[in-house]
Amino acid sequence: MTDANLSELARAELSHRGWRMLKDRLFGLVTAVGGVTVILAILTIFFYLLYVVFPLLRGAALTTEWRSATPLGAVRYLALNEYADVAFAVADDGTYRFEPVKTGAALVSGNLVPRGERLTAAHGSQHAQATLALGFASGKALLVRPSYLVNFNGNVRHTTPQLTYPAGVAPINAAPDGSAIKLVTAEASDDAITIIALTAANELYLTHLSRQPSLLEDESTFEQHQVQIPLAEPLPAFLMMDVDQSELYVISATGHVTYYDIRNKEAPKLVQDLQVAAPDTKITAAAFLSGGTSLLLGDNHGTVTQWFPVRDEENNYQLTRIRRFSALSDPVVAITPEYYRKGFAALDESGTLGLFHTTAERTLLTVPHLANAPLALAYSAHADVLAMVDGTEHLTLRGVANTHPEVSWRALWGKVWYEGRSQPEFIWQSSSASSDFEPKFSLTPLAFGTLKAAVYAMVFAIPVAIFGALYTAYFMHSRLRIYVKPSIEIMAALPTVILGFLAGLWLAPLIETHLIGVLGATLLLPLTFFAAALVWSRVPGALRHRVPDGFEVLLLIPVVCAVLWLAMDLSQPLEQLWFGGNLPRWLTRELGLTYDQRNSLVVGIAMGFAVIPNIFSISEDAIFGVPRQLTTGSLALGATPWQTVTRVVLLTASPGIFSAIMIGLGRAVGETMIVLMSTGNTPIMDASIFTGFRALSANIAVEMPESEINSTHYRVLFLAALVLFAVTFIFNTVAELVRQRLRAKYGNL
Amino acid sequence: MTANPRPNFTHWLKSGNQWVWMTAGAVSLSLVMVFGLLFIIATNGLAHFWPASVAQVVRDGGDGTHETLLGEIVDAETVAAARVRDSGGRVPPDATVVKRLLLKVGNRDLGDSDFRWVSEPEITTPDYPAEAVVIERGEWGNFYGFVTGLSEHGKALDVANVWAELAPRLQRGQALREQIAHIEKRDIGSVNYQLEQLRLRERVLGKAGDIAGQRALLAPRAALEARFVALSDTLAGLNSEIKRDGLRVKTVTGVERTISIDKIVRLYRPNQMRWREKIAHYFTKLGEFVSDEPREANTEGGVFPAIFGTVLMVMVMSVLVTPFGVIAAVYLREYAKPGPITSAIRIAVNNLAGVPSVVYGVFGFGFFVYFLGGNIDRLFFADKLPAPTFGTPGLLWSALTLALLTVPVVIVATEEGLARIPRALREGSLALGATKAETLWRTVLPMATPAMMTGLILAVARAAGEVAPLMMVGVVKLAPSLPFDGDFPYLHLDRKFMHLGFHIFDVGFQSPNVEAARPLVYATALLLVVIIMSLNLAAIQIRNRLREKYNAADH
Repeated sequence: MTDANLSELARAELSHRGWRMLKDRLFGLVTAVGGVTVILAILTIFFYLLYVVFPLLRGAALTTEWRSATPLGAVRYLALNEYADVAFAVADDGTYRFEPVKTGAALVSGNLVPRGERLTAAHGSQHAQATLALGFASGKALLVRPSYLVNFNGNVRHTTPQLTYPAGVAPINAAPDGSAIKLVTAEASDDAITIIALTAANELYLTHLSRQPSLLEDESTFEQHQVQIPLAEPLPAFLMMDVDQSELYVISATGHVTYYDIRNKEAPKLVQDLQVAAPDTKITAAAFLSGGTSLLLGDNHGTVTQWFPVRDEENNYQLTRIRRFSALSDPVVAITPEYYRKGFAALDESGTLGLFHTTAERTLLTVPHLANAPLALAYSAHADVLAMVDGTEHLTLRGVANTHPEVSWRALWGKVWYEGRSQPEFIWQSSSASSDFEPKFSLTPLAFGTLKAAVYAMVFAIPVAIFGALYTAYFMHSRLRIYVKPSIEIMAALPTVILGFLAGLWLAPLIETHLIGVLGATLLLPLTFFAAALVWSRVPGALRHRVPDGFEVLLLIPVVCAVLWLAMDLSQPLEQLWFGGNLPRWLTRELGLTYDQRNSLVVGIAMGFAVIPNIFSISEDAIFGVPRQLTTGSLALGATPWQTVTRVVLLTASPGIFSAIMIGLGRAVGETMIVLMSTGNTPIMDASIFTGFRALSANIAVEMPESEINSTHYRVLFLAALVLFAVTFIFNTVAELVRQRLRAKYGNL
Repeated sequence: MTANPRPNFTHWLKSGNQWVWMTAGAVSLSLVMVFGLLFIIATNGLAHFWPASVAQVVRDGGDGTHETLLGEIVDAETVAAARVRDSGGRVPPDATVVKRLLLKVGNRDLGDSDFRWVSEPEITTPDYPAEAVVIERGEWGNFYGFVTGLSEHGKALDVANVWAELAPRLQRGQALREQIAHIEKRDIGSVNYQLEQLRLRERVLGKAGDIAGQRALLAPRAALEARFVALSDTLAGLNSEIKRDGLRVKTVTGVERTISIDKIVRLYRPNQMRWREKIAHYFTKLGEFVSDEPREANTEGGVFPAIFGTVLMVMVMSVLVTPFGVIAAVYLREYAKPGPITSAIRIAVNNLAGVPSVVYGVFGFGFFVYFLGGNIDRLFFADKLPAPTFGTPGLLWSALTLALLTVPVVIVATEEGLARIPRALREGSLALGATKAETLWRTVLPMATPAMMTGLILAVARAAGEVAPLMMVGVVKLAPSLPFDGDFPYLHLDRKFMHLGFHIFDVGFQSPNVEAARPLVYATALLLVVIIMSLNLAAIQIRNRLREKYNAADH
């Protein structure tokens, strides 16, 4: 072999070694990446949940801006079409314009006032079927509604604006002939129209038109009748009628409100007469919130208050102040509600704009000096565009980014006074068929349900699991232990869907018929164990010594079976004797306790069953790990085995037992299938053991597949998941830290 | 000792011996609950397939009316007299408790309820007519009654021995039904699938403006359409064929009915079956349960698609979870140095194990399905949009979600396995000049394979039983087609699938007739318990063997 050859070999060897070293390094790197990925996984989960939840916390923002090139006149009423590309504006003199926004469509304009009439009053409502009512000096009124024909040419949308007249083109007598109308308001549905008119002589008239079916499909006639409503208020400033044409509020500038029930159009009924404002306060603006239940009143201090009728114990309705929003400081000049949510926008005299949401009691945005001397304000149907006309008579459109106004800390966790309720409450009710529904996103009843389930489960599981762990680790014969421990531990692997199924379909009906037996057994079992211990201590030694120590558990198994059987067997006869044959009904009748078949007792037992193996296993390990020298020392000093257990073993193992309980609690909080299947899933807040609940986890499982992506509901469900994540994260981390400390401590002993 | 019991008793109390017994009682109670639960599932689940005798009782209505009932006695309980009275039953005035029976009377198409509670005092002693027949039907549940004759094309047949004539007709109906099912499920399904693929290709070509390419697709499309028409014709022919025969029956109250042969799934006379026949019947039904498709909104028939879906999902999950779990475990055990990062990893592993499964479902739904799936659709399946391919819950996302959920199980088990491998082996390998990676790859990891197996088995057992997350990321109550079939690419990771655990939830809690579905749910639960318990026991076995092996190697 030559030198050259050798060096070649050496080089090959070297390069081979280099390759091996590289492989070694790479291998280490790959594993490190694998290890760190675990952290990454948990962080991804956390941050993704946070990322979805985060938009809930954001306020609103104004985005795009567009300003009309020409002035529109002294606009009194403003409305946008569905796509917010055409604005309908009506000026003081009755001229109207369809002003196209950003498109080149032709502008349509004209005058609404028919020949021979003089416009003396106008008022337009603001919702999807908004109607503009015009009152004339002749005592007649005209109802106008902007409507839009939309057709698509390929992907290009063409909007043709037009006017429709819900009550016909001819003005209607809204007051006796010749009495000029000072204030007017109207609502029109498909088959009924109500017009309220106040004349110059301060007489209030209700005119009702109901559609009569006609032989011809297109034509129909109205039956009209009119009543005068006695007026309690000398100087009305606003007439407010809700969209359902069932309530009428006559409001004066001084804050005097008269509330009429006009469901019966022939006999309007005065319900209430009240002063809503302090003496130095003037009401400067009024509007209905979407749905027409809540009244919004703006005053000269910049405060907007929400009012709605609340039913008291005697079934009387009282207009009640629910909330106030005082983000504005100058007199409120315009309030406009969102069409489908319980939010509204308000402008004050200085042109400051405020965006609010009532349910969440949230001020989402205030922008100062947006419009100087504002005249009119309107939302688009989807509340994504806000239109304003200011003193310069120019139209300004602002894009609104306000996706999740209905969520706030208070709405999620506090008591909220929802529309139609008699007091502030915790309610979870995420969806409903109607569009003007007020979503109720209170997580409190769900969190309460989760807590209730966990508490009842722990009440059952902790004693059984820890007592069991004590016995298995300390007293049980090792020959038995190797079978008993895995037997109990393997139950942790049992799918919870099976536990839930048994709880819901087997245990719940069983408990309903054998309630005495189940409650009795919880009392009877400890007593029996006590008695068994006593009896065993009296048994002659010859017999006693045939059962080695640590085998007592085998003796007790038939005893447990017998006690359970006896309790079940006696349950029905006892019920017949003491409780008229039906304990659940007796509870309801005699004690006023509601009894649900799928109740917390069922959940407590089923979920207790699910967490027993977790708690048992970890605390058994902790107790078994207590160093022998400690216990033998104690025994040698004359302590009885039980004294040793309570004074030495339990104390030493307590961090481990604590960690076991934390882990069990974590599992109970997050458990889904058991609570889903063995409770009625009604979100009530009631600590009674005989009623059900709705837990956070079950709520997620039920509602998540149906929720619309990126909707508020979707994000609130993510928030619920985040709450579960956070709670279990805390429990598990604390448990792990405690366990790590314990390990270090035992290492020293 | 016994001479002076009083001080002795306080002495005994002080010793705390009663508390020892109390703790023993807790263990006994746990054991009774564990085995009681398994016993309940096993007895209820196994009893489902047994051909129970059909009892005939006469119920005295108390007001001079008498009602004859025919059905299986499925339950009996002793309840307080007041409860029976409340539910409309008659009870002797002095009775405190009454025994009542639950009869499954079937005939859902005739009566209002297929289950009836009757209290014992109001009925005659049950009688078991030998000719009573149970007919399992394709719709409306079981029929209980008597066979009176046969019919063909709606006309009654005059035959001497109905039973002799019936058997070949039933066989014919069975054969026809199988043919129909085959055409409906396989052939037409396949043609539809290919047509759909063609349509998509056409759309792609149309967008690209490739007229020639589009034209080239016309011929295969015409061929497929012709095949579809031919299949439909065959199907129509078979359908009219199968409707030829009918079975004339009457109920115990004398109502006559003709049941079309194609609706009869099985027919038997339990009261004259011998033990051998009953056992054969039992195993046939058991076989049908694991190999057949579900019928009647999942409340009858088999659970094969659910078994298939569960198995396929855990298989895909295993492929995903094993490498990740093993690598993480190797890092933790072999490379990581004690410090904040290692401690953080351990906390992360513990939390991954402790985070509620429903949270994984939410994460999978948002992140995998909408975020990843939505983007995959936009990038690779844009032609199909707006119909989502991966942007909707499916097999892949379920497997991925559960892989994330079960990773800690694999990590913990593998780590334990690695910890048990004696130092001497590693040191030997290193001393011979092997690098650390080589030692791990050639010596340590092969020896730890059983531990990894243990971890994987435990992960599979956990995944097979999870339901809550799957409800959001891919499980459905009834999947139209299996996620694995003869159409390219064979394994359809984007499809939704059925799952045993979800089947239990769905049938037990969302079916309109819970009472009728209950036995099937017990059977499904038993199947799931058996699968999961066997997996767990296998894992424990492997682990124990491993421990013994290395304990021996250590000494």
